[in-house]
Amino acid sequence: MNARPSPVLAGVRHNPGFAIALVLFGALYLVYNMMHPRGFSGAVLIQNVNESVAIVFLAMAQTVPVLMGGLDLSVGAIMTLTNCIASELVIGTPGQIAFGMAATLASGTAFGLMNGLIVVYGRLQPIIATLATGAIAMGLALFIRPKPGGRVDDDISWALTNDLYELVATYGWFDADAGWFQPVAWIPVPLIILVVIAFGVWLPFRRTVTGRTIYAIGSAEGAAFMSGLPIERAKIAAFTLAGFFASCGGLYLAIQTSSGNADITQAGAYTLNSIAAVVIGGTSLLGGVGGAIGSLVGALILRVISFYFRILSIDPLLQPLVEGVVLLTAVSLGVFRTLQVKNRLDLFR
Amino acid sequence: MTLAIASLKPEDKPVVLASAFVLVILLVGTVYTLATQGTAPLLSPQYLVQQLQTGSFLGIAAAGMMVVILLGHIDLSIPWTMTAAAMMATTVGGDMAIPVGIAVGVAVGLFNGIGVAYLRIPSMIFTLGVDSVMRGLMVAHTGGFAPQDAATPLMRFFAAERVLGVPVAIFVWLAVSVVIAVMLRRTAFGRAVYATGNREAAAYLSGIRTRLVILGAFVVCGICAALAGVLLAGYSAKAYQGMGTPFLLPAIAAVVIGGTRILGGQGRYVGTLIGVVLIVLLNSVLSIMQMPEAGRQVIYGSVIIGMLLVYGRGARVTS
Repeated sequence: MNARPSPVLAGVRHNPGFAIALVLFGALYLVYNMMHPRGFSGAVLIQNVNESVAIVFLAMAQTVPVLMGGLDLSVGAIMTLTNCIASELVIGTPGQIAFGMAATLASGTAFGLMNGLIVVYGRLQPIIATLATGAIAMGLALFIRPKPGGRVDDDISWALTNDLYELVATYGWFDADAGWFQPVAWIPVPLIILVVIAFGVWLPFRRTVTGRTIYAIGSAEGAAFMSGLPIERAKIAAFTLAGFFASCGGLYLAIQTSSGNADITQAGAYTLNSIAAVVIGGTSLLGGVGGAIGSLVGALILRVISFYFRILSIDPLLQPLVEGVVLLTAVSLGVFRTLQVKNRLDLFR
Repeated sequence: MTLAIASLKPEDKPVVLASAFVLVILLVGTVYTLATQGTAPLLSPQYLVQQLQTGSFLGIAAAGMMVVILLGHIDLSIPWTMTAAAMMATTVGGDMAIPVGIAVGVAVGLFNGIGVAYLRIPSMIFTLGVDSVMRGLMVAHTGGFAPQDAATPLMRFFAAERVLGVPVAIFVWLAVSVVIAVMLRRTAFGRAVYATGNREAAAYLSGIRTRLVILGAFVVCGICAALAGVLLAGYSAKAYQGMGTPFLLPAIAAVVIGGTRILGGQGRYVGTLIGVVLIVLLNSVLSIMQMPEAGRQVIYGSVIIGMLLVYGRGARVTS
């Protein structure tokens, strides 16, 4: 009565899915490192983070439309498109590289904006509109890069996919062996990129009126409209932000692989995995509950599971089976709520 | 012309416009071939029948997909349901090949239906998980290679043979179409599908056992996907990895282009039929033009968006 519940507990009660995901990820990654033949090391961490960046960005991209009760089936295609653009542009003088990266992010964001405009002013269902624009994005990607290839500046692809030490050493900003630098020198650069974009873009956005409106639309669009919230602006912003996150993923993929690849199957797999990551991260597909940070964790869970295949030398052929079972188990956890519902009409939302 | 379109009933509009677009595709393709080769292969019945034969697999899969979409759900497990049915059918072989393949579809449909209808898991994610599990099972079953077993003669007959000059596959597609159309129009189950798709709570309060309806719809979809897979294996003489993957998105697109509302409750089977024909002809015209994959994807997406902008627009939120 006197003590207010701590914000942490309140958060857990509000969105148990996120808490479960966080605990699950912690446990999975801890066990993974304990079982790893060489134990925890910076090199393993760098490799793990590198392999996770693209799917994490896509999961965050998918989160925004899902929060408002929609779905974006074009995120994988936008990632592929921006990957191909980056493989053309991110090379040359520092100025050209900066321009290339900006152009890559801008084109993905513009594609997301186009999705938003089609959904809002065309009044089409997001799932089917983005299905179609996804095909268009794949087509454009194939125009740019009919065959896998391309090149990305070596320095940047080395510096951004390693730890801070290499970043500093590559560009010679200061003496990378300086004593004060050592405690943070091991941190992988991709991890920093992820954290900066996740917390620097998503959290501030969430607090804006537009961000709150996205949640409101997911909870009850009619009520949001009657409350005078800027529904159209929020919807357009949601798809634009999805395009931005997807282009971050595409840009990083290009930097990481130093090439572009317009692979339709891969784009589809990324899109589907992003939906899975969103759900595992505690965001409701009905909209209104969840967030991009949850999806970040959800995507990491998916990735850690695939790491296990490597250290346990399980047949990689079994990977889709395990992924599917994990996904089905994760979504079935919500069933207990369903079974407790007294009034069956509550189920039909 | 605009007046005629405006005065159409809303549910007829997609059918008429999609048919008109089919004619436009044929016209453009014919003009192209006349200009470049001086022939008009697109208008020869021989060629059209052959295109429809390859389209029949998509048509059968889309028929099942439509029943699920009418409920406002979606079945993303079609690709590997098709593949699993085909692989199981060729593995078992003999007289039991086709029944075993169909049984795979029934099993997947039941599983999907239980997850969506009884556990209330969103169909989008549940069927996605099921698809992944099926893929895992099939990859484990075959070791990741194309199985060596060949399709049985009966499967070959249904998919690749001709009777009276018309491919049997088209007859199978026709039979499936009649069954689905009659089921949707004339049976209590069909009416219940529309009612549940419009508003499940209202359907439930009117005494419809909506969970059984959803279960039934997913089983129908599973059966259709399995049948399409078995036929496809018969057509290509064997089953192979990922054979169902190119069918998922076109199946959804065909259903939606045909005027079925993606949120459920509205749509006519004849629309889906025309949607399939449209996609098949669009594909064949693009391949006649030797359009590279890039251009195909762009045109494909633009056509879907364009068709939907004409008649698929939702209502403005006003309350």
